[in-house]
Amino acid sequence: MQILQLKDTVNFMSYRKIAMVFSALLMIASIYSLTTNKLNFGLDFTGGTLIEVGFQEAADLEKLRGVMKTNGFADAKVQFYGSSRDVVIRLGVREDVKAEMLGNEILAILEKSSGQKIDMRRIEFVGASVGDDLAEQGGLAMLTALICILIYVAFRFEWRFAVGSVVALFHDVLLTLGLFSILQLEFDLTVLAAVLAVIGYSLNDTIVVSDRIRENFRKIRNSNSEEVINISLTQTLSRTFITSITTLLVLAALFFQGGALIHGFATALLFGVFVGTYSSIYVASLVALGLGISREDLIPEVIEKEGADQEAMMP
Amino acid sequence: MLNKYPLWKTLMVAIIVALGALYATPNLYGESPAVQVSGLRGVQADTATLDRIRAQLEASNLTFDSISLENGQVLTRFNNTEDQLKARDVLDDNLGKQFSVALNLTPNTPEWLAAIGGSPMKLGLDLSGGVSFLIEVNMKEALNKAKTGMVGDFRGDLRNEKIRYRSVKEANDAVKVIFRKVEDLEAGQALLKKRYRDLLLTTDEDTLTLTAKMTKQKIKEIREYALDQNITIIRNRVNELGVAEPLVQRQGKKHIVIELPGVQDTATAKEILSATATIEFRLVDTEGDLSNALNGRVPANSILLRDKDGKPSLLKKRVMLTGDHIIDAKSGFDEYSRPQVNISLDSAGGSKMSSGTKSNIGKPMATVFIEYKSTDKKDAEGNLVFEKHQEIISVATIQSRLGKSFRITGAGSPAEARNLAILLRAGALVAPIAIVEERTVGPTLGAENVKLGFEAIMMGFGLVFIFMMIYYRAFGVVANLALGANLVLIVAVMSMLPGGAALTLPGMAGIVLTVGMAVDANVLIFERIREEIREGKTIQQAIHQGYDAAFSTIIDANITTLIAALILFAIGTGPVKGFAITLSIGILTSMFTSVVGTRAVVNAIWGGKRLDKLSI
Repeated sequence: MQILQLKDTVNFMSYRKIAMVFSALLMIASIYSLTTNKLNFGLDFTGGTLIEVGFQEAADLEKLRGVMKTNGFADAKVQFYGSSRDVVIRLGVREDVKAEMLGNEILAILEKSSGQKIDMRRIEFVGASVGDDLAEQGGLAMLTALICILIYVAFRFEWRFAVGSVVALFHDVLLTLGLFSILQLEFDLTVLAAVLAVIGYSLNDTIVVSDRIRENFRKIRNSNSEEVINISLTQTLSRTFITSITTLLVLAALFFQGGALIHGFATALLFGVFVGTYSSIYVASLVALGLGISREDLIPEVIEKEGADQEAMMP
Repeated sequence: MLNKYPLWKTLMVAIIVALGALYATPNLYGESPAVQVSGLRGVQADTATLDRIRAQLEASNLTFDSISLENGQVLTRFNNTEDQLKARDVLDDNLGKQFSVALNLTPNTPEWLAAIGGSPMKLGLDLSGGVSFLIEVNMKEALNKAKTGMVGDFRGDLRNEKIRYRSVKEANDAVKVIFRKVEDLEAGQALLKKRYRDLLLTTDEDTLTLTAKMTKQKIKEIREYALDQNITIIRNRVNELGVAEPLVQRQGKKHIVIELPGVQDTATAKEILSATATIEFRLVDTEGDLSNALNGRVPANSILLRDKDGKPSLLKKRVMLTGDHIIDAKSGFDEYSRPQVNISLDSAGGSKMSSGTKSNIGKPMATVFIEYKSTDKKDAEGNLVFEKHQEIISVATIQSRLGKSFRITGAGSPAEARNLAILLRAGALVAPIAIVEERTVGPTLGAENVKLGFEAIMMGFGLVFIFMMIYYRAFGVVANLALGANLVLIVAVMSMLPGGAALTLPGMAGIVLTVGMAVDANVLIFERIREEIREGKTIQQAIHQGYDAAFSTIIDANITTLIAALILFAIGTGPVKGFAITLSIGILTSMFTSVVGTRAVVNAIWGGKRLDKLSI
């Protein structure tokens, strides 16, 4: 079976202006949203207390909010989590009370007010300083990953490819963060992990394409850079699509089967795989082309020693 | 001949996959409820303990599947949780305070599998249920304590050498000594320089001030010491909690992670973790009448305490030395190969000990362990009531006048001496701690997460399986075989990894993601083979070229992903680490199964034959 039966080379590079405008618009929108709306950071980063409880029957959120308010927790955010029987209560960082005792306290209040046995599903308490450390560490992790990858690709390929792939990664990370900012989805530790996995995935794609471009530069002699890139993208297109399909299949499984805890993770990856596939076709190769990649850069230098083609003289 | 593997290579692939399958099997056997009994404070569970437990269980008509002594712990397995709970209560009531009784889930790994090192994967707290704490050690306080110690030491040293000074006091991050004369300043500098090589000394002759600062190395040592000591004492306390398989681990420069699987009552756990325990030295009251004291007539200047076996002793009320003067304790052996504990005191402790023992040579001295244990009762405000628990850990005769360092013999077995040293070191927290993060996962959510994760893996696997079979036909089946082998290998590696590498929900997500991405290598190879066939190569050449050309691409693509995964592992904590672990393992195993593994199968089926068509 074959999904794509391409006889002729697709002229990808002829659409590069459209692609550039498209990417630029999305990136500007992401940056705009990230500066104005910011990210909806989860408990891991902000600090505070979160209590997830399971009721025996559907819970009445309004009533619960009232209960929280009368007990002195006016700032409590009460929401459903996954189903109408699961409720999550979030509290901000508090200075006045022993924060690590809050969880048990609230559980007792809920149990008393509802009169039914409540299932404690999870309690999370994160101190404010921990969240700050984490945000710093997360940013550091992403930066370190990008730099290490830049070095590896520059070492294995060529600096133009390295810059191209890192720009593509930056593009993917920015758009994924942008999506979370625009939709105000909760950004927690698992989402951070997913963003790093997006880096891994997108890179995978970019490397495969770059590898083929390098190979074709060496093989095809009478074509210009643009044509070689078009040929390489066409040849790898089938693989790019199939791998995206299999990855999207498993991510769909995670999204629908993985439960509420893993939802943000799956969302980030689903979106990231889309963007990553697009960016490996357009962003990475466009940047490499824009930086003036040419055949000479990729052909290993052959240093001919004088007399190397002659047989050694035997004494 | 093209596309033929030598026999050894095919065998190697088969053996690796078979070994993987073997070490993955313990995960199929499930777990049974058990009660775990372990000794506290130097007591080790032994065969006598085992017999006692057996007798007690039989006396209470409780049936158990098996009972065994493993690593100084007695493990009793039951076939239902009801018996397990009853047994816990029976043993808790009868074994006494020397043993901790904990509920546990023990894997039912068959003996022959356990004998070759087989064990199931460990589940993270988000899957097993339980509580995890992140504790922060107050390093500022640790350094302040060290500075206060320096002030005392300096005063003592200068006084002993008869060097006159005006004052010794702390100033910011240093200790300042002000002298009266230049000669004293010089003599003091020479003395302190000789004694404390890890301090930076500067002098100012105009103000007659000597400033002593700790070197970076010394500050680092103090911080490390504070962290290590707190870990030791917290580990001891966690053991007291009676939790099966707890984890106490350092994280970064000032944090300690504590994981208590299965614990739901976090309030008690928190109280105990932040409680204090310490040690005291007292002289034994040799004049008082022990039998009178036992009848309730304790002399006014004495107290009656018991050791762990319940043997009473009459001790002087006046405390000779408190445990916060202990700066180090190590276990070892004396010249007769008897176990001993070497104790080092700070200078204030040294002079107290010296004056205390000078006039008491030949008399017995007792070491008393004091601990504030929580009771099940709560006071009017709902706080747990703590009970002061005192126990004599050793009584030894003072052989000579003691100073800053001395030793205690008669502590019992080498294991007991070692534990005593730990307890002495761990007597009091070196620096205050605060709980900065807490995550509790209830048992229902844990079980639900396991189910969801498992279903997601199976569903993802199934979808990819069907897709590959339709798209690549026979070769798709080969890729699916590799995918299955990959899954088995991931589980096997996870099972064989030592503690700390537990399977978490994000870890399961990592496995799902690997399933999707692992076929990429095969897609690359198969697409290349198709291309080569289209270019008119023979089938055998196409297969050969396909694998060859795709190889370097696969390596590059996987190494870069591995870099991202490893960084995630190094920096991430808890759930993120779980994801990084499975992702890294998955990348490595998938490279093996999808390149070497599929090649072995492809070569065996199609290799070296004359073929006109290929089912790809």
